[in-house]
Amino acid sequence: MSLYALWGHKLRAVLTTLGITIGVFTVGSVTAIIEGLNASFADQISNLGSDVFYVSRHAWFSGYDGWLKSQKYKIIDVNTAEYIYDNAEYVEATSPMIRRRANLKYKEKSMEGIEITGVNHMMPIIEGTEISEGRFFSPFDVRHRKNVVVIGENVRKEFFPNTAAVGEKISIKGHKFLIIGLFEKKGKMLFNDLDSRVQIPYLTFKKLIERDNRGATIAVKSIHPDLLAEAEDEVHNLMRINRGLHPTEDDDFAINQMNTLMDLYNQMTGFLWAVAIGIGSISLVVGGIGVMNIMLVSVAERTREIGIRKSIGATRQKILFQFLIESMVVCSIGVITGLLLATATALLIQNFTPLAAKVPANWGILGAGVVLIVGVIFGMWPANRAAKLDPIDALRY
Amino acid sequence: MTVDSNNVLINFNDIYRTYYMGAEVINALNGVSLEIRKNEYISIMGPSGSGKSTLMNIIGCLDTPTAGVYQFESQVVCDLTGDSIVKMNDNELAKIRNKKIGFVFQTFNLLPRATALQNVELPLIYAGIPKSERREKAMYSLEKVGLLDRATHKPSELSGGQRQRVAIARALVNSPSIILADEPTGNLDSETSKEIMEFLDELHSQNNTVILVTHEPDIAKHAARVIQILDGKIDSDIRKADLVN
Ligand SMILES: Nc1ncnc2c1ncn2[C@@H]1O[C@H](COP(=O)(O)OP(=O)(O)OP(=O)(O)O)[C@@H](O)[C@H]1O
Ligand SMILES: [Mg+2]
Repeated sequence: MSLYALWGHKLRAVLTTLGITIGVFTVGSVTAIIEGLNASFADQISNLGSDVFYVSRHAWFSGYDGWLKSQKYKIIDVNTAEYIYDNAEYVEATSPMIRRRANLKYKEKSMEGIEITGVNHMMPIIEGTEISEGRFFSPFDVRHRKNVVVIGENVRKEFFPNTAAVGEKISIKGHKFLIIGLFEKKGKMLFNDLDSRVQIPYLTFKKLIERDNRGATIAVKSIHPDLLAEAEDEVHNLMRINRGLHPTEDDDFAINQMNTLMDLYNQMTGFLWAVAIGIGSISLVVGGIGVMNIMLVSVAERTREIGIRKSIGATRQKILFQFLIESMVVCSIGVITGLLLATATALLIQNFTPLAAKVPANWGILGAGVVLIVGVIFGMWPANRAAKLDPIDALRY
Repeated sequence: MTVDSNNVLINFNDIYRTYYMGAEVINALNGVSLEIRKNEYISIMGPSGSGKSTLMNIIGCLDTPTAGVYQFESQVVCDLTGDSIVKMNDNELAKIRNKKIGFVFQTFNLLPRATALQNVELPLIYAGIPKSERREKAMYSLEKVGLLDRATHKPSELSGGQRQRVAIARALVNSPSIILADEPTGNLDSETSKEIMEFLDELHSQNNTVILVTHEPDIAKHAARVIQILDGKIDSDIRKADLVN
């Protein structure tokens, strides 16, 4: 009943609370994007990366200079994987990784520029991948340079939409390969589609696919996530020995963790958050001032009403609450509009970009918090002004 | 004349209400002493600016005196004599207005966007009465003023007389100790005025205390006691019984 006066001012309320709408929209859509990223990306890295690291010539994310410098180092040989595996105590599995893009063919169909990776038989343990059909290649397949391949869901869908893939032969760069297994469907990890993987024995890779030796990255899995640091230390020392480094010489290789990726990710989302909170709070203050203004107008217009209410026994607190609630209602118009816009944005991102965006369950709390805080802070002065009005003066107004 | 002190509703002792307008000092009330007993029917008369409304507002705890002692039902509303100043706080005053006083104004003072029923319910909301009981009491009050069939109408859809009856229903709804009507017929034609006065007469006959401000001798005649105010002072205070004597 205390709110009936508001409805006459709906349009004005919507306009004045535009700031709140923008603030809630900004914070809301950034939350949606980050939640989406977390769901599709961060969780996967942290699961995947908690006990795995990668030895390569250059440190990831060391920038162009770092990359340029690393190009002068000698390449890492595929045999290093075996050397580490044989000599390290804290290491459960190692595999070289060599990559090239190549064209795939099956009968009349072809797929262009697909990334082929040469690995050993331990790769599924390291990557934690499951084989949904058939098998992964064995040490025997690797040693004897067999033309065998394990493919992901995307290749299967393209070449064998309705028929069995395992047992069929596809050609990679003109060489026939027998499909011996299928990777289980995994989904996207940010821009990296796990379902487009194609893996062959690394020795076969060296024989048939690789023309120039660009070296390998060595994937290493420690025996336990808690012993990752120990494994890294051990591998670091082994690598120095393997590469014949004198104690005074710097490393000519780097140990890369998924944590590095995680750090970068956190930096990126942290920046996004900072921007969102910055824009959000500025807009909320602007919106709050709008709310204060509309409430001051409302109090002035309803001075007589306040007098009437006081004359029949409304206490100061009752009047104060009436106007605080009204201020919160005005705020909630802005908040609800903002949340609706953010939901729409999240859905647009979901459907039209590779980014996932989730509508977080805690938006209700965010909205209620904004309504409460902005409504009370900016409604307090006008409401207090109403509460303190002298009844006689107000009635005479 | 024996005065049963339990019957005293209002006691004014040398009440002043002083306004300071720059250098000018205006005594809207200039030393008023007055006693009102339960079930009295009083008219207050006097020229414009003599202090009638000020007196009513102070009785109704809408305004507070600047000097003197005011007791309502033997509670001290304020005692401004001597060094120890006693004054009810804002919430205590609001409570008296809510539970003990029923105001009827010249300009009706209804909430324009609320229905008749909602207007009548309002004092009960502030009294914290639960919804179902509230509705029942408000309906009963509207029935008393004969406006049950207008319960869902807004003030703008009612005639002046009907609006004033809604205001009376609102004044009655909390069963107050006293009805204060400041020129209740001032905005009404003589026919409607008569109707409103009949209501006030009836209220008085049902053991209500009624105080009425008016400029019209015809209306003042309804009351058993007529107080004349002049320049913030009581000029005369005449009971009909005294006249008969
Ligand atoms: N807020 C105020 N500030 C200054 N003077 C005031 C104020 N309110 C009332 N007065 C003065 O107090 C005096 C009494 O006013 P009051 O309203 O009580 O008169 P009244 O008898 O009700 O007059 P009317 O018949 O015109 O209603 C007047 O002289 C008025 O100017
Ligand atoms: Mg007056």
